[in-house]
Amino acid sequence: MVAMSAGIDLENVTCDFGPFRAVDAANVSIKPGEFFSFLGPSGCGKTTILRMISGFIEPTAGSIRIGGKDMRGQRPNQRPTALIFQNLALFPLMPIWENIAFGLEVRGVDKATRRKTAEDLLALVDLPDAADKMVSQLSGGQKQRVAIARALAVEPQVMLLDEPLSALDLKLRQHMRAELRAIQKRTGVTFIYITHDQGEALAMSDRVGVMSQGRIQQIADPRDIYNSPINGFVASFVGENNIFTGKVENPSQGMASFSTPHGTFRARLGDVGSGGVQARLYVRPEHTLLMAAPGPENSIPVTVAEVSFEGNFVAVHAVSDSGAKLMAEVRNDGSATLPAVGDRMHMAFDAGRAAILPDAATKG
Amino acid sequence: MRDLIRRYGTGLSTIICLLTAFWLVMLVIVPNMTLFEQSFRPYLPVAEIGGPRDVYSLSNYGKVLEGSVERSLFGIGFTIPVRVLTFTLTIWYSIVVTVICFLLAYPLAYYMAKIANPRALPTLILLLFVPLWVSEVLRAFAWWIILALKGPLNSLLLFIGAIEKPVRWIADYDAVMIGLVYTYVLFMIFPIYNAISSLDRNQIEAAEDLGAPWWRIHWRIVLPHAKPGIASGSVIVFMLSAGSLLVPSVLKSPNSQWFTETINETFNDALDWNTASAYAFLLLILCTLFVTLAMWVFRVKLSDIAK
Repeated sequence: MVAMSAGIDLENVTCDFGPFRAVDAANVSIKPGEFFSFLGPSGCGKTTILRMISGFIEPTAGSIRIGGKDMRGQRPNQRPTALIFQNLALFPLMPIWENIAFGLEVRGVDKATRRKTAEDLLALVDLPDAADKMVSQLSGGQKQRVAIARALAVEPQVMLLDEPLSALDLKLRQHMRAELRAIQKRTGVTFIYITHDQGEALAMSDRVGVMSQGRIQQIADPRDIYNSPINGFVASFVGENNIFTGKVENPSQGMASFSTPHGTFRARLGDVGSGGVQARLYVRPEHTLLMAAPGPENSIPVTVAEVSFEGNFVAVHAVSDSGAKLMAEVRNDGSATLPAVGDRMHMAFDAGRAAILPDAATKG
Repeated sequence: MRDLIRRYGTGLSTIICLLTAFWLVMLVIVPNMTLFEQSFRPYLPVAEIGGPRDVYSLSNYGKVLEGSVERSLFGIGFTIPVRVLTFTLTIWYSIVVTVICFLLAYPLAYYMAKIANPRALPTLILLLFVPLWVSEVLRAFAWWIILALKGPLNSLLLFIGAIEKPVRWIADYDAVMIGLVYTYVLFMIFPIYNAISSLDRNQIEAAEDLGAPWWRIHWRIVLPHAKPGIASGSVIVFMLSAGSLLVPSVLKSPNSQWFTETINETFNDALDWNTASAYAFLLLILCTLFVTLAMWVFRVKLSDIAK
């Protein structure tokens, strides 16, 4: 089954609920067949974007195009999209196969064909014998698959998924990630995925749009989102950080000095505006090195405050002599000796692994 | 029971149980059993009660088949016992009332449950309840005045030009049905409203997202979900209509007769309690049978209604 897939363009899409601006001038171009995620905390506007694309909410301003066609005034039942709801919204009074074939029934497809299509789709989502069961007889993961099959049945050009894995337990969630990705590759349909779980977004997506307070903060592939966040919000929402507040000095060739009460560090300079401004320095715990002797650059003397053994890594919390709280994640390669609480050590980081970033872009 | 005693103490629990038992036994079971027993005995002068002619028989029930009238339906003439005819018409018009109540109640209940602003809902429900504060007698008479040949309804329709000469509303069973619908429609609205309220809005949106037009969303999603509410509303409205005495007697026309009126006349005019009891139990039994049959046809279970 190869369905047509379509690209989606949002152009200055804005949505107001009374005085509250839920989405503020969103611009994004999603390619046909792409797996695109909107990632952000609850209330950031990501679900509103999804509901605008599916047609349940009209944008206050701006335009949405699907496959190049302007969607203004098109009801959800006229759009080439299929939405998978957070609670799945399966129809509990219909057997599974009627659930899946509902979209075909609406289109006037005859019963034998509907049944055949439903069974084919059940095979696709790996649930071959469920056709005559009722929704209440299925487990969470099976319902998930039925919801996907029901959406695929109408051969949508775009699939919209609203945190569909949030109700599942951890193991199943990780399994379904891979499953969803595989189904997306098999069908070639454009997937737009909404989540507040950074792991989900990074693991599945071709590209991720990180949102906060109605604004799209950064659109990039998962590696760039994690390794080169554009601002402080993206850096701290996606992953952990050691954060220093200070002043930018001597910017040159993308690097700068950063003077803080805990010392002066060298780091990559993000888009913080002209020199001398207040900004923050972000460095990931796994890029923070723990050493017995002072490092060549960006080194801080610390006292180990807490050591927590997490299995595949060890998180070392420490307090610097100047009072800064820092964390370093040390990979557990099986041979390393763990520091003890109270040990005097040094934490350091590469200038290239640390970034001086502005705070989040807010409503303008 | 142990729970009751723990919560209210032995004394209060005893009083609660005794009151409930009194209500059940003295006000429900005993009167009904008395009438039931009477319905099998002949109507006799006081002196002969308990005498040799006072024996149990089904003859009171058989009286429903006496006295035939001629009627024609779809051009086919036939004779039918007059009380069987009354009974059949009572059931038929009660069905019509139930269907009209459903047609009025469903859109309103859907509007209240899924479309109306939740803040406006208390006002809406209050507006629906206000007419219930007036007694049923007054409401029936109010309709009698509204529907009179020279009444306000005809004046209004003449004034806006909807009709050319006054309509005789109180003819056949028309006024009775209007009165019954008005009196009992609320008993249809609230069960349906409750049922639709519990429907997840995402289900409606999911159906729409899959391409369904509004009527198919109702046919496949909302109506099946509301079925228990529709069933209990229908049972209540049907039973109340078939058992109503006041509305059919106030709003009756020369050629409308409700079976409850027949029972009432036999009790109060003929003073034949034995036959009247037999009619009353016939009404009860046949209505129950009819409801059971309807529930079987529409595949509704008793447990659905009790929800």
